[in-house]
Amino acid sequence: MAEKIYQAGVKEYRKTYWTPDYVPLDTDLLACFKVVAQSGVPPEEAAAAVAAESSTGTWTTVWTDLLTDLDYYKGRAYRIEPVPGDSSAFYAFVAYPIDLFEEGSVVNVLTSLVGNVFGFKAIRSLRLEDIRFPIAYVKTCGGPPNGIQVERDRLNKYGRPMLGCTIKPKLGLSAKNYGRAVYECLRGGLDFTKDDENINSQPFMRWRHRFEFVMEAVHKAEAETGERKGHYLNVTAPTCEDMLERAEFAKSLGAPIIMHDFLTGGFTANTSLANWCRKNGVLLHIHRAMHAVLDRNPYHGIHFRVLTKCLRLSGGDHLHSGTVVGKLEGDREATIGWIDLMRESFVPESRGRGIFFDQDWGSMPGVIPVASGGIHVWHMPALVTIFGDDSCLQFGGGTLGHPWGNAAGAAANRVAVEACVDARNQGRSVEREGREILTEAAQSSPELKIAMDTWKEIKFEFDTVDKLDVQKR
Amino acid sequence: MPEVQPYKATERRGETFSYLPPLSPDKIRGQIQYLVSQGWNPSIEHTEPEKSFSHYWYMWKLPFFGETSVEKILAEIEACHRANPGHHVRLVGYDNYTQSMGTAFIVYRAGGR
Repeated sequence: MAEKIYQAGVKEYRKTYWTPDYVPLDTDLLACFKVVAQSGVPPEEAAAAVAAESSTGTWTTVWTDLLTDLDYYKGRAYRIEPVPGDSSAFYAFVAYPIDLFEEGSVVNVLTSLVGNVFGFKAIRSLRLEDIRFPIAYVKTCGGPPNGIQVERDRLNKYGRPMLGCTIKPKLGLSAKNYGRAVYECLRGGLDFTKDDENINSQPFMRWRHRFEFVMEAVHKAEAETGERKGHYLNVTAPTCEDMLERAEFAKSLGAPIIMHDFLTGGFTANTSLANWCRKNGVLLHIHRAMHAVLDRNPYHGIHFRVLTKCLRLSGGDHLHSGTVVGKLEGDREATIGWIDLMRESFVPESRGRGIFFDQDWGSMPGVIPVASGGIHVWHMPALVTIFGDDSCLQFGGGTLGHPWGNAAGAAANRVAVEACVDARNQGRSVEREGREILTEAAQSSPELKIAMDTWKEIKFEFDTVDKLDVQKR
Repeated sequence: MPEVQPYKATERRGETFSYLPPLSPDKIRGQIQYLVSQGWNPSIEHTEPEKSFSHYWYMWKLPFFGETSVEKILAEIEACHRANPGHHVRLVGYDNYTQSMGTAFIVYRAGGR
């Protein structure tokens, strides 16, 4: 202790927070940041500044530092790596002791890791690429209220992806007309329909009216088809009290699943709702409005794989993952990386998929990835190949835009997904033989044939903005 | 573009593969082969059609743990169907890693579709 003498003033961050010899503990929370430093700031100093500002440090020495064991509590920058194909940025790896964070609080973790540090002047831009949550921390979080296995068992869906559809137009329908659209989709063969994210409780359709008409539609479609159905009733609300009131009403109507927007609603509300769902046996579908604000810029923000991990810890049974093939951004290998993070119990480091750390989830249930946005029957072979059975494929325009209406559109999608799964199980290469598989199936389904004619030419082949960092050739 | 066609009155369905034409004997063999190759345990269940919404159908014997012969599994499905001609008969693949079912589909549907 003798060397601890208080000296007022500013000292270089790297003297305290750059520890290249440090071997991270199994209980440490590890983070990888992509850093672009201001010119003249050496990488070690920039990395140390990130570690300091996201943990115990501030810009100057303070005497109260000496009242605690800062060597125990400080974050440590322990590694720097070049970013492949990009000399302007580098990766900084930081280890944080587990006791810096409140148990079971992704809110607290994010407040540190993506707090003040992101506005820090010595850094030009900063992106949180990945977090390794130690299993000891994972065990303090509630996680998905039900999980994949419970959802499948409750809904009796086995051996295929589930199918959904977001009801459109997203704003402006009356509750009764909205329920009609739901009923047509479900009786035609979909498993789920969905409230669009911005449907909450507007003057044109208050939530209570929507819930009542929608649940009549769900129950009627179940009785007629003999299959279990659901509609994601969006309980996202201006206050947590309103949110829980809507959840209670959904449950009283027998709704098997409700929905929340975890980023606009916030992690505190989301975790409370996940706990409510666990207590009340209701599935929880999670939408991700606002994610692209945070995750699309390759140099600044939070990567979606981090948001995915935080959601799995906070709690949700479904999470939108992107489609790879539809109208919204998403690189194929990167997407496979984060859908693994949703579903698997252990995900090894895999730089080819953008995964920087091994992640052990222990016994925490998995989240079902939801592929939604600009997809239609022609995408089905690729979707079944990329996402596999434990997924929910959602065709909004691809159901409602069918020339014969929602029920026909739903049937077309259901025939297509079953034909692809059957072909896969028979040993065929579904993605390569997609055209033949769908064409064969359409011979006994006029609904599928019309759908194929309608959307033949629609593709979304724009370059991805946020690519994985790889050596450019 | 052909005229708008009305969608028929809703029909009872039976989950996976119930929107495809009945599987041919070859395709049923292929599905059983897939189930076995995934390491799942085959099991056969049947029920009166009016009770089919329940999660629990009657078990035909016990799950055939470790059975990998497509022909033997097919023979059990046939035997279940012969003994219960008015019932739906489905094949289930128990996945003891996920503690769920890897697949489940109706092989014989009472009264056709």
